[in-house]
Amino acid sequence: MIPPLSQGDIDREIAEVHEAHAGEEANQPLRDFAPYRSSILRHPKLPALAVKDPEAAELAGPVFGVSDVTALDSDLTKQHLGEPLGERITVRGRVLDRDGRPVRGQLVEVWQANASGRYLHQRDDHPAPLDPNFSGVGRCLTDDEGRYLFTTIKPGPYPWRNHVNAWRPAHIHFSVFGTAFTQRLVTQMYFPGDPLFPFDPVLQSVTDERARQRLVSAYDHDLSVPEFSLGYRWDIVLDGPAATWMEEGR
Amino acid sequence: MIKPTPSQTIGPFYGFALPFPGGGDLATGGITVQGYVYDGDGVPVPDALLEFWQADPSGDLRGRPGSLRRDPVTGAVIGRHGLDFTGFGRVPTDADGRYGLRTLMPGNGYISVCVFARGLLDHLFTRVYFDRDAAFLDTVPAERRETLLAVPEREDFYRFDIHLQGEKETVFLDFG
Ligand SMILES: [Fe+3]
Repeated sequence: MIPPLSQGDIDREIAEVHEAHAGEEANQPLRDFAPYRSSILRHPKLPALAVKDPEAAELAGPVFGVSDVTALDSDLTKQHLGEPLGERITVRGRVLDRDGRPVRGQLVEVWQANASGRYLHQRDDHPAPLDPNFSGVGRCLTDDEGRYLFTTIKPGPYPWRNHVNAWRPAHIHFSVFGTAFTQRLVTQMYFPGDPLFPFDPVLQSVTDERARQRLVSAYDHDLSVPEFSLGYRWDIVLDGPAATWMEEGR
Repeated sequence: MIKPTPSQTIGPFYGFALPFPGGGDLATGGITVQGYVYDGDGVPVPDALLEFWQADPSGDLRGRPGSLRRDPVTGAVIGRHGLDFTGFGRVPTDADGRYGLRTLMPGNGYISVCVFARGLLDHLFTRVYFDRDAAFLDTVPAERRETLLAVPEREDFYRFDIHLQGEKETVFLDFG
């Protein structure tokens, strides 16, 4: 029988991969990152085919509007009769393209565990309590300056079965659309100073420390609301090209 | 150029947040595309999320709002109104690793696909083509061309499987 993987085994694997990529700039995670065990059979082994077609459909993208969101969607603390348990926070930021231009009127979706680290998902069997006043799902449209805002509670860290004693640092999942389908992004926002960062193969799949830092929000005292919530700032920069004609009107 | 925010896996628990009723029903009376997502062992992937983006039958790529239309009173999803073609679909694979899409034939010959899954740290792009004479397919190595072609099973009904890895690995696309 193969002995169960320990955190030490995973730490060594992470260190080896990071060593192999030391000094390299990397903006994206490695899809082939064995310390995250589920990636082993789920990453392509052949290189992607470069598409250089100015007419490519992917240089345009889906459009969303006020009919796709409702007023309470961006306040995850007001979706039930009572208040959720946990530390109330507001998360604000901007969605930009790589030229620094705001992405306007596009959909931002979030989902997260509750304050105890439990998702409202049947397959989450972490024995932490569900909160009847918290679903952990939100969405909003960015405004004319590309800004988004969510009111929620700070999610708890949670265990998973990648290896023995594996814990995910607290995070909020984000799904963001840009001005083109090529800019599509699904990612996770982390909280500053989390002691679980070095142990987490998902975060460490981004081998470049500077890029990892871009996944970590900043506590911003000016965004904290007196007697109400603590404020975190996190700007999102979307990779990938967009068609010129799309850029003009936005 | 400012540096981009890295991608992270969609994880296993997006199911209560991202899929929405009618996500794979862009239109009725057109075509159906269905298939499976497979891992490197050929095992179906039950926790992938596929997104589709396409032109309408005239080739128009402008898109329209209203894919996940919501009721402003109750917050419930009330579905597409069926008046506009939004060009956007979102379908999780089911417990068998299978998905289905009901849509209209795109005027430019292909449907763009974005693949997310637990275990996939950065999404993947591919395309569903319906005509093996499409010019783009000439740029694809001949032995891998089939991976981008929908297989007609009966009238207006196509099969398109996605292999994340392995002998039949799908051709994935890089837009730079
Ligand atoms: Fe998570």
